[in-house]
Amino acid sequence: MTTVEERLLPSAEPVQLIDEHGARHDNPQYGMPAADALVDGYAQLVVGRRINDQAGALVRQGRLAVYPSSHGQEACQVAATMVLREQDWLFPTYRDTVSIISRGVDPIETLTLLRGDWHSGYDPHERNVAPQSTPLATQLVHAVGVAHAARLKGEDTVVMALCGDGATSEGDFHEALNFAAVFKAPVVFFIQNNEYAISVPLARQTVAPSLAHKGIGYGVPGERADGNDLAGLLAVLGQAVDKARAGEGPQLVEAHTYRVQAHTNADDASRYRDDEEVTPWLERDPIKRLDAYLTEQGLLEEAHRAEATAAADKIAADLRDGLMQDVSPDPAELFQHLYAVQTPQLKEQAAFLQDEIAREEA
Amino acid sequence: MTHQKLTMAQALNHALRDAMRADDTVLMFGEDVGALGGVFRITDGLTAEFGEDRCFDTPLAESGIVGMAVGLAMNGMRPVVEMQFDAFGYPAFEQVVSHVAKMRNRTRGKVTLPMVIRMPYAGGIGGVEHHCDSSESYYAHTPGLTVVAPATVADAYTLLRKAIEFPDPVIFMEPKKLYWAKEEVDLTTEQPGIGKAVVRREGRDATLIAYGPSVPIALEAADAAAAEGRQLQVVDLRSIVPFDDEKVCAAVRSTGRAVVVAEASGFASVSSEIVARVTERCFHSLAAPIRRVTGFDIPYPPPKLERHQLPGVDRILDAVDDLQWEDS
Ligand SMILES: Cc1ncc(C[n+]2csc(CCOP(=O)(O)OP(=O)(O)O)c2C)c(N)n1
Ligand SMILES: [Mg+2]
Repeated sequence: MTTVEERLLPSAEPVQLIDEHGARHDNPQYGMPAADALVDGYAQLVVGRRINDQAGALVRQGRLAVYPSSHGQEACQVAATMVLREQDWLFPTYRDTVSIISRGVDPIETLTLLRGDWHSGYDPHERNVAPQSTPLATQLVHAVGVAHAARLKGEDTVVMALCGDGATSEGDFHEALNFAAVFKAPVVFFIQNNEYAISVPLARQTVAPSLAHKGIGYGVPGERADGNDLAGLLAVLGQAVDKARAGEGPQLVEAHTYRVQAHTNADDASRYRDDEEVTPWLERDPIKRLDAYLTEQGLLEEAHRAEATAAADKIAADLRDGLMQDVSPDPAELFQHLYAVQTPQLKEQAAFLQDEIAREEA
Repeated sequence: MTHQKLTMAQALNHALRDAMRADDTVLMFGEDVGALGGVFRITDGLTAEFGEDRCFDTPLAESGIVGMAVGLAMNGMRPVVEMQFDAFGYPAFEQVVSHVAKMRNRTRGKVTLPMVIRMPYAGGIGGVEHHCDSSESYYAHTPGLTVVAPATVADAYTLLRKAIEFPDPVIFMEPKKLYWAKEEVDLTTEQPGIGKAVVRREGRDATLIAYGPSVPIALEAADAAAAEGRQLQVVDLRSIVPFDDEKVCAAVRSTGRAVVVAEASGFASVSSEIVARVTERCFHSLAAPIRRVTGFDIPYPPPKLERHQLPGVDRILDAVDDLQWEDS
């Protein structure tokens, strides 16, 4: 018999299968993921990093309105989608561009929001990816609804719901956990704890021993993993997804990672943290350690690296080409998508704007 | 005399600083208002000067922020809280509508809530979704709330000082696109208080009624109209609740024509209220129905389309042209 605490509380330390030097650490509860998953994951990390870097450059060139980067958090981004099946859902936030693209959504469509063209650019039903949520934690309750609907329909869908450390302070986070638990909804709540909510450090969000400990109050099993170790994340998230799929109800996973860059390009992190704090985290880089481990194991060859680099080059070029084009969204759309049937008032206002634009252009 | 060139952001910062110096029950808290000084730097340096107990970051939860402010106000403090952006005030809506607005009435005046909810609001800054809402009508519609929106640097200072001294809760709407607008001001000059509108520009032909982010546009439109020989008067409401019926109606009666300019969507809004009450009171002085230039009844557009939503000079002048001028 396991005790309630054993069942619901996270491991004493974040699960880590590969440390920052690339050394392997065996864990009785979590096996090392298959070699080809790690090699595939490695390529996705390289691509993810490049997406972050390229998007950053495109902000500086004025091609994106804003970019919240997941630089340094790519292992979380990639693992979140690698453990999903086609029928599963992803609920991302503004920071999860890489995760959305790794789910297979078109990169240019993904960046529609941050480019300032429209509020969301992809069809959520195409890859089962909800629109990126900006109001913190609000998407988590939607995730519960999607999961519950799947259960009612007899589908074995799992929902991966993402949020940050700061978002765990919002009421909706707690309501989502409780609802999911009460309805035994197959949701994996995945917190990317990057230590900051803009300028506010984790210590101001909670005095709980960890964010994964927040599950026990709702009867939701919590687990934590090194957020820069793709292997550990795949193992922990994989198990959480399996349990949720098997009907064991929601699971909570906290990844310990770090926001290496500022909150967004508009933020000045030097106002609230020292560079000395950032430096050690650069050593814990998710790509570096996986490269070291796979190389040591003889699993990663030059050909793999070249392939990953080529894929990264290609997506960077696609992003540049796509975002350098000046496509102006059609102002008529402002009035088209509010209601199934356009109201007479909106029809009138659309005509007013159309006429105004015609006069401007004349 | 202390003339200085200040941005609206700096004037707000001065107001907070001076209020905190004058009264040590004044507390400032919210998200990122401590070390960072707020995402718009309105609280810059306050933690350094007044310490962690007076200006501090909270856990990230707007309902918690406003709810805690209610309790602090019940127990002798004067809390000033910041909702980081207009749309991020919505998680606190329950607290605002059910408690902030109702406590005095519920307790027959035994419990009052002298508190200020500061809210950077409205658009014009190229912000993505949830960063540019004009949410003033929700608050103005809620009995028990006082709703204020400065349009000038001097007013930003004065109105915030007066809001903090006010005996009741004030929703303080800061037009974020004016944060960087600079003005030569003397902060010691006494300005009209909450509840008072002012005439920003005299004119005999028609009255433009505006508040917050729309005031500079109305003034620009008046300049353009003057060049075409029409003298437009511009009224800056400053205070949405209480509404200055007297000043606004006197202004409209003096011209007989009026256009309300507001960035918020027009339907069931502050702008519709203005038209209704001014029409009720000034019907016999009006030469034409009052016109409105407002945002469309749509969610605030993405950055690349936002210019279509914002009231501009041409739309205002077109509306003025429509005011049934006999000579044209
Ligand atoms: C309800 C709500 N309040 C405030 C904000 C403004 N805001 C955007 S991101 C952010 C910090 C979020 O921190 P965290 O949840 O840790 O996610 P991270 O940005 O670190 O990925 C804040 C305060 C928001 N988006 N939504
Ligand atoms: Mg964070």
